[in-house]
Amino acid sequence: MGFLHRHRNLTPYLLLAPGLLYLALFFVVPLCFLAYQSLESGTFDIGYSFTWAWGNYWDAIHNYRDQFIRSLEYAGIATILALVFAYPLAYWIAFRGGRWKNLLLLFIVAPFFVTYLIRTLAWETILADEGPVVGFLRSIGILDDDGRLLATGTAVVAGITYNFFPFMALPLYVSLEQIDERLIEAAQDLYASKWKAFLRVTLPLSLPGVVAGTLLTFIPAAGDFINAQLLGSSQNHMIGNVIQSKFLELTDYPAAAAMSFVLMAAILLMVAFYARLVGTEKLTG
Amino acid sequence: MSSVPLAEHAPRESLASRLWAFVKRHVLTVYAWLAFVYLMLPIAIVIAFSFNNPAGRFNYVWSGFTLDNWKNWDGVPGLSSAMFLSLEIAALASVAATVLGTLIALALVRYGFFGRSATNFLIFLPLSTPEIVLGASLLTLFLNTTIVFGFWTILIAHVMFCISFAVVTVKARLIGFDRHLEEAAMDLGANELTTFRKVTLPLIAPAILASLLLCFAISIDDFVVTYFNAGSEVTFPLFVWGAARVGAPPQVNVFGTVIFMVAVLGMVANVLVQMRRERSVA
Repeated sequence: MGFLHRHRNLTPYLLLAPGLLYLALFFVVPLCFLAYQSLESGTFDIGYSFTWAWGNYWDAIHNYRDQFIRSLEYAGIATILALVFAYPLAYWIAFRGGRWKNLLLLFIVAPFFVTYLIRTLAWETILADEGPVVGFLRSIGILDDDGRLLATGTAVVAGITYNFFPFMALPLYVSLEQIDERLIEAAQDLYASKWKAFLRVTLPLSLPGVVAGTLLTFIPAAGDFINAQLLGSSQNHMIGNVIQSKFLELTDYPAAAAMSFVLMAAILLMVAFYARLVGTEKLTG
Repeated sequence: MSSVPLAEHAPRESLASRLWAFVKRHVLTVYAWLAFVYLMLPIAIVIAFSFNNPAGRFNYVWSGFTLDNWKNWDGVPGLSSAMFLSLEIAALASVAATVLGTLIALALVRYGFFGRSATNFLIFLPLSTPEIVLGASLLTLFLNTTIVFGFWTILIAHVMFCISFAVVTVKARLIGFDRHLEEAAMDLGANELTTFRKVTLPLIAPAILASLLLCFAISIDDFVVTYFNAGSEVTFPLFVWGAARVGAPPQVNVFGTVIFMVAVLGMVANVLVQMRRERSVA
């Protein structure tokens, strides 16, 4: 009998140890450092000292309320748009894709293969003032003659929607694909209209995908700063822009750390609220 | 006979209703292809502008077709070394994260043990933390040590955010795994290590490959966490970021196009092989 056999109850811990230690050291410990830093006071030049400076949190919320609200707002709108756009597409691939399903999924994943920054720059080209989209919207009068898309909230939301679209579409597809089509046929045999069968059978059964997709889109979108930086103006800056510049340009570490935690708390609150709304068992799958 | 005029009317009515039925039946299909166009549009722009001959510094307006950017792909200082660094980090990070992640996945799927749900939670947490917080917290950790920002801090960060993806990927495949095969091997006298090597590993190899590819893709594309922890090192996304401020050269599009092509060809080949295998089984 081998060592592993005699100590069967130890085996899982041996398997876990390297990975969990790594995560403890480079995920949990850094978060503790960040928490510690968020309660320090002082400046980069004279040095920081730990003073239980809860005021950092108050300042973060008070001074950057607009950016916090804008982050949640942009991320929320982009998540809803992505859900509305992605659901029919995922539905079509799952139920009409036949044996080409996997190949069609490639179209959804393909944007991931172009570096995030490069595809955001491509949107800059598409939405540019001289570009076809602005020209078209101007000619049909939706935009004024000097109206623009770049450097507006619309462009930022459009960029976020596009960049996180696969995070929404893939979980939707997975949950739609697992639905037993006989259940839908049964509903129709029992005289449900196609629409009613969708509302009462397909939609509820795809809810786990809706929940997973919404969270996977909303969480990274709320912390994003690339779209606001490249497609927006300083009027459209999100909290990610502020955190980024405080850390890397202004070296105001305690304020930036406090903001990071406020961002996490805001996201957790919204996720918890959402979990109450749809039921926790759907959240953990 | 009253049925004759009815018959004359019938084709016109049925044409309209057939048209309506056609629209109703295919509206979803039309929508799906429009959605694909939407998803492909920026990629088409990236590829097209790799052939652009920009008039000024900014590669935003189409001003003529040229092959110069492709011939002169290494003409921008720092670009190819940034690409090489990204490939190196992605290769190392995906292997390290997949090894660590596979071990965790094995433990989670195979064993009931004290702390199992806590472990699941710890795996889930990095996935639900915004990247900017991951990057910022590692930055504060490294600032408080003597580690010099650069290659190692980037690698450490990439392994960290890849582990959870590796666990999730491998776990998904392990759940449908037939344990009788391993028991059979043991019954035939193989010890645990041999069983793992000869039975378990070949069976979970597709999951490991999937995890390697996913981690590689996530690592090579990462900007935010790298931006916080790179020091003076420049990866490919960091190069694009820096270049975007002063006007990204078209060679950036050339590199983007090549990455895209390699990834798509790999995926298409994989899908086609799978389809052929399914057909030969069926």
